[in-house]
Amino acid sequence: MSRFAKLLLVPLVAPLLAGCNAVVMAPAGDVAVQQRDLIIIATVLMLLIIIPVMVLVVLFARKYRQGNNAKYEPNWDHSTQLELVIWSAPLAIIICLGAVTWVSTHLLDPYRELGRLGPDRPIVAEIEPLEVGVVALDWKWMFIYPQYDIATVNEFVTPVDRPISFKLTASTVMNSFYIPAMAGQIYAMPGMQTRLHGVINEPGTYKGIAAHYSGHGFSGMHFETKGVSDSEFEAWVAEVRNSPDMLSRQRYLEVEKPSEHVPVMHFAGVESGLYTAIVNMCVERDKMCVSEMMSIDEQGGLGHAGIDNLAPELYGGGEKNRSPFGPQKTYVAAICSTDEAIAMTAKLPALKAPNATPLVGKGLTRPEMVAQSNAPALDWLAGKLAFNQNTSADAL
Amino acid sequence: MTNEFWSFIFGRLTWDVLPLHEPIVVITFIVVAIGGLAVLGALTYFKLWGYLWKEWFTSVDHKKIGIMYMVLGLVMLLRGFADALMMRLQQAIAFNGYEGYLNAHHYDQLFSVHGVIMIFFVAMPLITGFMNYVVPLQIGARDVSFPFLNNFSFWMTAGGAVLVMMSLFVGEFAQTGWLAFPPLSGIEHSPASGVDYYIWSLQVAGVGTTLSGVNLIATIIKMRAPGMTMMKMPVFTWTSLCTNVLIVASFPILTAVLTLLALDRYVGTNFFTADFGGSPMMYINLIWIWGHPEVYILILPCFGIFSEVASTFSGKRLFGYTSMVYATVVITVLSYLVWLHHFFTMGSGASVNSFFGITTMIISIPTGAKIFNWLFTMYKGRIRFELPMMWLIAFMLTFTIGGMTGVLLAVPPADFVLHNSLFLVAHFHNVIIGGVLFGIFAGINYWWPKAFGYKLNEFWGKVSFWLWNVGFWLAFGPLYVLGLMGITRRLRTFDDPSLQIWFIIAGIGALVIAGGIGAMLIQFGVSILGKNKEWDTTGDPWNGRTLEWATSSPPPQYNFAFTPVIHDNDAWADMKARNAQRPTKDFMEIHMPRNTGTGVVLAGLSVVLGFALIWYMWWLAILSFVALIGAAIIHTFNYDRDYYIPVEAVADVENERTRLLSGAR
Repeated sequence: MSRFAKLLLVPLVAPLLAGCNAVVMAPAGDVAVQQRDLIIIATVLMLLIIIPVMVLVVLFARKYRQGNNAKYEPNWDHSTQLELVIWSAPLAIIICLGAVTWVSTHLLDPYRELGRLGPDRPIVAEIEPLEVGVVALDWKWMFIYPQYDIATVNEFVTPVDRPISFKLTASTVMNSFYIPAMAGQIYAMPGMQTRLHGVINEPGTYKGIAAHYSGHGFSGMHFETKGVSDSEFEAWVAEVRNSPDMLSRQRYLEVEKPSEHVPVMHFAGVESGLYTAIVNMCVERDKMCVSEMMSIDEQGGLGHAGIDNLAPELYGGGEKNRSPFGPQKTYVAAICSTDEAIAMTAKLPALKAPNATPLVGKGLTRPEMVAQSNAPALDWLAGKLAFNQNTSADAL
Repeated sequence: MTNEFWSFIFGRLTWDVLPLHEPIVVITFIVVAIGGLAVLGALTYFKLWGYLWKEWFTSVDHKKIGIMYMVLGLVMLLRGFADALMMRLQQAIAFNGYEGYLNAHHYDQLFSVHGVIMIFFVAMPLITGFMNYVVPLQIGARDVSFPFLNNFSFWMTAGGAVLVMMSLFVGEFAQTGWLAFPPLSGIEHSPASGVDYYIWSLQVAGVGTTLSGVNLIATIIKMRAPGMTMMKMPVFTWTSLCTNVLIVASFPILTAVLTLLALDRYVGTNFFTADFGGSPMMYINLIWIWGHPEVYILILPCFGIFSEVASTFSGKRLFGYTSMVYATVVITVLSYLVWLHHFFTMGSGASVNSFFGITTMIISIPTGAKIFNWLFTMYKGRIRFELPMMWLIAFMLTFTIGGMTGVLLAVPPADFVLHNSLFLVAHFHNVIIGGVLFGIFAGINYWWPKAFGYKLNEFWGKVSFWLWNVGFWLAFGPLYVLGLMGITRRLRTFDDPSLQIWFIIAGIGALVIAGGIGAMLIQFGVSILGKNKEWDTTGDPWNGRTLEWATSSPPPQYNFAFTPVIHDNDAWADMKARNAQRPTKDFMEIHMPRNTGTGVVLAGLSVVLGFALIWYMWWLAILSFVALIGAAIIHTFNYDRDYYIPVEAVADVENERTRLLSGAR
C-alpha cells in the first residue's frame, strides 16, 4: 500500500513539497504517514474519472460549438449503453474507495492501540506506550504524564518510536487536538474523554495546534511537540521534576483560568486523580463528580432529596453570566463518603469495552468483547483514596 | 430608581453596547448611514414610496417577490463579501507577532457572520428567488398556491437579514463560528448579545424559508398545467420540488435546535451544557442533520438551472432526463444519511465513521451521473457560447474538483488530518462558489431577459466571468495548499512567516473576485441604463425549450392568458416544432390575488420581537408578540383578497403582444 503510494507521491506532490512545508504530505509519524498515503490513493482513484470528464468537457465544448458544424442531432437524448457507463463508472470507483475507506477507517481508528511503529516494524511487547492525559484549557494545552507524575503546559515531549496513548478532555468548551506531523486530530470535549494513539518516528520539533475554534484566544493556542531520544527524554523528565511548581487541584484551578499566549510551564508533581477529576468536572472537592451523579441516577436517583443537595455556586461565574430567567446557578454537592461511593458504584454491572488488541492489517476480524470495569468514578475514587492515604500518586 | 426604570425599558441595551470604540465599525456605520439617507432621500424626492409599497412591498405576484428575493440576496452578497475581504486582509498581514488590524472580538464576529450571511441571506434568497420567479412560469401557473404566504415568507427572510445587519451597529454578532456550537455558544461562555442575534435572526428567517418551502411544494404538486405529468416537468422544477421537500423536512430541525439553545440561554435549561446531563454533541448532531441537507437545498436548484442552460444552449433535448430526475431524487434521500461526516473527529468509532463516509461517497454517484448527462447533452449539440453556457462550462470544470476534494474528506482517516483545516474551507467554497454561485450567475444571465425584457450586457458579463474564475482559483488554491500544510481555519494571527505568501496570494484572489462582483454590478448598471437595449419582443430570446419562454418578456401579471396544455417535457420546444398558434381572441377575465401589506407588518413585528428578546426588553417582547398574533388574526378577517382582471384589460395586453410578435417577424 505504501510503496504504491510512494510511487505516485513523487510526481503528484513533489512540486508542492518543494515550495513549502506541507506537513500533512510529509509527516513524521507512522499514523499520519498512512493517512497521507490514503489521501493520495483516494485522489488517484478519483482522478481516474475526474480527468476524463474534464477533458471531455473541453473537447465537447470545442467540437460542438456553433461555428464548427459538427454533427447535430437535436433529438438524441437517450442511450441505454451510455447510461449504464454513466452510472457504473462512478459506482465502480466508489466501490473501490468504499472498501479502502472501511478498512482504513478501522485500521486507523484513533481509539485503536498502535499495531506498528512503521512499515514492517511491529510493536515489541516490552515497549510500554507513553500515557498522556491532555486537557484543552482556555487557551492552552495541558499534558499530564501519569507514568512520570509530571505535567506540562504548552509543551509535549515524547521519545521517538514509542507509541503514545492519549486520553483527552477539555475544561470549558470544545476543542480539537492536532499534531499534524504525528496523527490526525480528535476532539477534546468538557465532561467527556476521547482517545488518540500515535507515534513520532523522526526526532524533531513539530507544531501542535488547536484545530477547533474555541474563543478569543484560539489563534495563540498551540504548543511545541518534541520527538527526542530515550535518554533525552529521561533528562527532560528529570528537568521537569526539578521545577518548583506542583499541580495540585488548587493550582490547576488557577492555571485553568482563561489566558492567552501562555509560556511553557512545568509541574514536578501531579495531585493524584486530577485528570479523572477534570474529566468528571469535579476538581473542586465539594462538587459532585459527573460519574458519581450518573451512577446515582442509574440507580434511580435521589428523588426530592436530591434538590436539597444543590449548593449555590462558589467557584467563579458572575451575576451577568446567568440566563435571565434561569434558576440561580448551582452545583451538586458531593454527598458520598468515599466508602459509600465505592460500595454504590461497585453494584453497577461492569461496562463492556471493545478489545483494543491491535490489528496488523491482514483482514479484519471482529474485535472480541471483554468485560472490563471502567467506571470512571472508581478510578477517581481510587485516586481520592490514594490521596487521602498519602500514598504514591500513580492511581491515574 | 431611575436606573431600574431605564433597565426595565431598555433591558440590557445601553450606550456601552454601541461599538464606538471600533473605528472600522464606526466608519462603516457612517458610510452606510450616508448611503442609506441618500437612498431614502432619493426615494422621497422622486416620490417612489407609494410606488414601491403598492407595486412591490405588498405585492403577492410571484415574479415581483422573486425579484425582491434576488435583490435581497445580491445586497447581502456585498455585505458578506466585505466581511470576506476583511478576513483576507487580516490573514495576509497578521504575521510575526503583528496583531493585524482586527482584534479577536471583531475578527471572530467576521467569520461567524460571513458564514451566516452567505448561506442564509445570500444563497438561500437567491435560489428561493429563482424558484419563485421561474417555477410557476415553467409549470404554466398564474401564481404560487398561496400568494400571500409567499409575500410573508419573503418579508420574514428580509426580517432575519435586518436583525443580522443591526448586530453590526447595535451590540455584536456571535463569535462562535457560523453554526454556534455549544458550550461556546452557551450563556456561560457567550453572555453578550451576539449569539442571541444569531438565534433570533435565523428563527425569523427560518419561518420564511419553511413556509416558502410548503408553498412551492403545493404549487408544484397541485398547479401544473394540464398534461404536465411529473415526468414531463422541466428539470429545474424537479430540482425545486426536491429542494423544497428538503427545506420542509430539515428546517424544522434547525428551528427546534435553535429553540433548545435559546432555552438554555434564556431559562437556564441544560440541553447542550457540558454539565447537568446536557450534551453539546447532541447539538452538533442536530444542527448537521439540518446542515447537510441544507447544502443540497442550495445546490439542487443550481443543478436544475444548469440542466435548462445545457439543453437550451446546446439546442438539444436534455440527455437522460429520466436518470437526471432519479439522480435528483436519490441525492434528496441520501442527503439525510451523511450528516456525521461533519464530525468524524468526535470519536464515534470506526464502524459509524465508515458508514457515514461511504454514504457520502455514494452521493457522488448520482452527482457524477448528472455531470455526465450535461456532458452528453453537449455531445452532438450546437453549442452557443452565451454567458449562461460559459458559466456551465466553468461550473463543470470547477465543481468536479470541489466534488473530488469532498469525497476525499469523506474518507474518515483523511478527514482526521484535513478536518477544520483551510483545505476544508477551500473545498466548501469550491462547491458553493463553483456550484451554487456559478449556477446563480448562469441563472441571472439566462432569465434576466425574461424578467426585464432585454439581455444583459455581454462584455461586462464576460469581464465578470473571467475575474470570478481567475479570482476563485487565486483565492482558494492557496487555501488547499495551506490545508496540506496543517493550517487550521479561523486563525487570526500566525507565527510562521513562510505561510504569508500564500495568504497574500489568496488576498489578491479575493481582490480579483471583488473585481468580478464590480464588473457584475457594472453589467447590471450598463444593461439597465444603457440606451441601446436589445429589447426582446418575442419573449424567447434564447430559443428556449420550457414554458416560461412561451409568454412575453416580462410576462404579464397573469403569466398566461390561457393555461397551456402540455404534451412533451420540453413543452415550448414541442409547441414550436408543431407550430402551435398562440390564441389571439376569446379572452376571459382572470381571477387574481390582491396585494396586502400584512406580510410587511407581521415580519416587522417579528423583527421587533427578535430585537426585544435579544436585548431583554420583556415588555416589548410581550407587546410585539401579542401584536403579531393579533395582526395575524385580523388578517383572517380580511375578505377582500382577490379580484378579476377584466376581459378588456387582458385583450389589450395580449393584442399588444400580438402586434409586437408580428413586428418581430
